[in-house]
Amino acid sequence: MNIDPFAQHAKALSLRAERTEVLANNIANADTPGFKARDFDFQLAMAGESLNAPLRLSTTSVDHIPVNDSLFESRVSLAYRMPAQPSVDGNTVETDIEQAQYADNTIGYQASLSFINRKIQGLQLAIRGGS
Amino acid sequence: MALNRVFDIAGSAMAAQATRLNTTASNLANADSVNGDATKVYRSRQPVFQTTQTSFGALLGAERSALGVQITDIIESNAPLAQRYAPDHPEADADGNVYVSNVNTVEEMVNMLSASRSYQSSIEIMNTTKELLTQTLSMGRS
Repeated sequence: MNIDPFAQHAKALSLRAERTEVLANNIANADTPGFKARDFDFQLAMAGESLNAPLRLSTTSVDHIPVNDSLFESRVSLAYRMPAQPSVDGNTVETDIEQAQYADNTIGYQASLSFINRKIQGLQLAIRGGS
Repeated sequence: MALNRVFDIAGSAMAAQATRLNTTASNLANADSVNGDATKVYRSRQPVFQTTQTSFGALLGAERSALGVQITDIIESNAPLAQRYAPDHPEADADGNVYVSNVNTVEEMVNMLSASRSYQSSIEIMNTTKELLTQTLSMGRS
């Protein structure tokens, strides 16, 4: 067996955790004037992550200030959510939609988690020889 | 671990909403305060919310370091004060007028409801995240 059985689910888990943070930030700023709700497309992030290496700045002269690469490690590209009913103060967070997305994301996280648990159980069964 | 940062985000939102509830309570308590001097009358206090920018990296494009919300200032409302003619009032000025605070009670009730709902959302987020973290920690045991 040369394929990592957890690779896909581990990636999904970490993306789900990142999305949890983005959505929590939206809900936390539900009353902040001018705040724009952010989100990313989970499926695109899942598909694109293995293809794209993170962008880096190149330094072509000794006078250039080298930039710490960790700043550009952000792998998913955040987009702005289009509000169904924009509010007067410029805030585009719609708490109901954010909470629905948060619930959806939580279910996805738990699904990945139970897939991993089942794989572990399967591997343990195989190691013990079915006894 | 991104899930740990969710606690910071929800915590900052809870702190901000608690401060907002505090100002609402203060405004409602002083809604009927009067004073003979227009400069000394209680004025409605309103918190100013702002998204927290934690580091320089946030400006450069590491976007997820924008964490939570903070209260940058508490401003006093400039809405006009009501003037009331009450010559028998001990605080009345030379013309027999007192000034009433500019707290808008209806606005404050709406503020209170909004703050309490937002606070509840943050608590739910914390509970859900705690559950996710607990399940993650017991991975492979069940």
